[in-house]
Amino acid sequence: MAELWGNAVFQVAFWAIVKVGIILFVMLTVVSYLIYAERKVCGHIQARTGPNRVGPFGLFQPLADVGKLLFKEEFIPAGANKVVFHIAPMLAVFPAIVTLSIVPFGPPPVFQVTDIHVGVLLFLAMSSLGVYAITLGGWASNNKYALLGGLRSSAQMISYELAMGLSIIPVILEASSMSLNHIVDAQAGPLQLYGMTISFLPNWMLFKPHLMLPFVIFTITMFAETNRAPFDLPEAEGELVAGFHIEYSSMKWALFFLGEYMNMLVISSIAITLYLGGWRGFGPEQWGIVWYTLKLAAFIFFFIWVRWTFPRLRYDQLMNLGWKVLLPAAVVNVVIAGIVVYWRTHS
Amino acid sequence: MVPYLFLGFAAMLVATALMVVLHKNPVTSALFLVLAFCSLAGIYLLMHAEFLGMVQIIVYAGAIMVLFLFVIMYLNLKHDIETGVQTAVRRGLGWAMGGLLLLSAGALMARGWSLGPVNAELPAQGAGNAAAIGRVLYSRYLFPFEITSILLLVAMVGAIVIAKGRKSEGGEDE
Repeated sequence: MAELWGNAVFQVAFWAIVKVGIILFVMLTVVSYLIYAERKVCGHIQARTGPNRVGPFGLFQPLADVGKLLFKEEFIPAGANKVVFHIAPMLAVFPAIVTLSIVPFGPPPVFQVTDIHVGVLLFLAMSSLGVYAITLGGWASNNKYALLGGLRSSAQMISYELAMGLSIIPVILEASSMSLNHIVDAQAGPLQLYGMTISFLPNWMLFKPHLMLPFVIFTITMFAETNRAPFDLPEAEGELVAGFHIEYSSMKWALFFLGEYMNMLVISSIAITLYLGGWRGFGPEQWGIVWYTLKLAAFIFFFIWVRWTFPRLRYDQLMNLGWKVLLPAAVVNVVIAGIVVYWRTHS
Repeated sequence: MVPYLFLGFAAMLVATALMVVLHKNPVTSALFLVLAFCSLAGIYLLMHAEFLGMVQIIVYAGAIMVLFLFVIMYLNLKHDIETGVQTAVRRGLGWAMGGLLLLSAGALMARGWSLGPVNAELPAQGAGNAAAIGRVLYSRYLFPFEITSILLLVAMVGAIVIAKGRKSEGGEDE
């Protein structure tokens, strides 16, 4: 046993597994309470109280929900492609969990599973795999509404992924690295702006004028990538009944639900890391995890707030916004950021 | 550790690639192709080509295969369209190409298991290879790089022209 402990590879693997276990446990708990938070916030936005019957303030509502889902009948429609029907819900959760492994929750190496040179690319790769869950779920259900929802989602996610990728490039240029740790490190200290130092603001990417538009574009595409309102066209209950997950019930449906909320957490984490200084804040470095949690909570609240305040876009408006507004704006911004970074490093 | 991982990924790659060819249902074939791309990305990662591995997933698994699936689902192909003569020609061509591939693979194997230059210098592992690829791409291979992007632009314009042209005929092709 002692020999095994001495082995460096074993140690790395052991701590990675421990961290993965902790992250999974914490994230699953957070997700169940996220649903509670969503229902509470939505309730108050609509001038009602939200769930308040199970436990004090309705705090045990998530447990009741999970219990209900576990005992619900599992239904597989006739003519469905059984294998794909089973795989699709798993695919909804898998990319989000993989991306969590590179998010720095606090000062590394303790609060991070692993740091890779191409962290941003891993995030993009996983978010591009996220399309499969919805497309395949919709196709395998053998239902026209589900298929329409699936097709819509692939069109939507492919269109918005481009703008999202392009809105990340200025950040990569600014930090001159694709590793999430380096990007967080590039945002340390007071704001450095074109040779000036502004001491009352932190050096976050968000506060640099040439990176403000990318942040806005990233935030908009974020909603499209997670299929949340105002971009929840794939499930549009008014026209597609429930879209891609219309035929799903019980825990399979719960996996889709879990996937949506996991994706919210992951994409908010990435947004925080890229633009809002990651775990950095005032005070000693050990407080990193606290700052991270605060920023994440703010972002998640923003997600919920937007969902219950904005109406859904029409499909052609969605495509116009993606291809004719966000994409050109993102391309122009890549050029601007390139010029700014070049000017800074060559003068 | 790495050789075992390589064997795992390679076995998965071969198995999924076979399934792509052998499976009757086009959608299932396409899904196996996605798995094949992912295992190839895994092999790239084992060779410390992280950038290439990630781009492999983003471009092939994430973008191209989604469009493939989109088309297959849209056309609602349940099975391959099989008619006598075409099938025979297709099979013959398949065997011929397979044989050719086998021959070239045999020739490569006989040379002693190296596909590229034997002493390819590994990029510095600390910096990652995105920087190295970028440096080479924008200096030595700038011209081919630009030509490729212009080619893609032309293809894009062509696709738009074709799509527009069909619409202006006035919905007779529905």
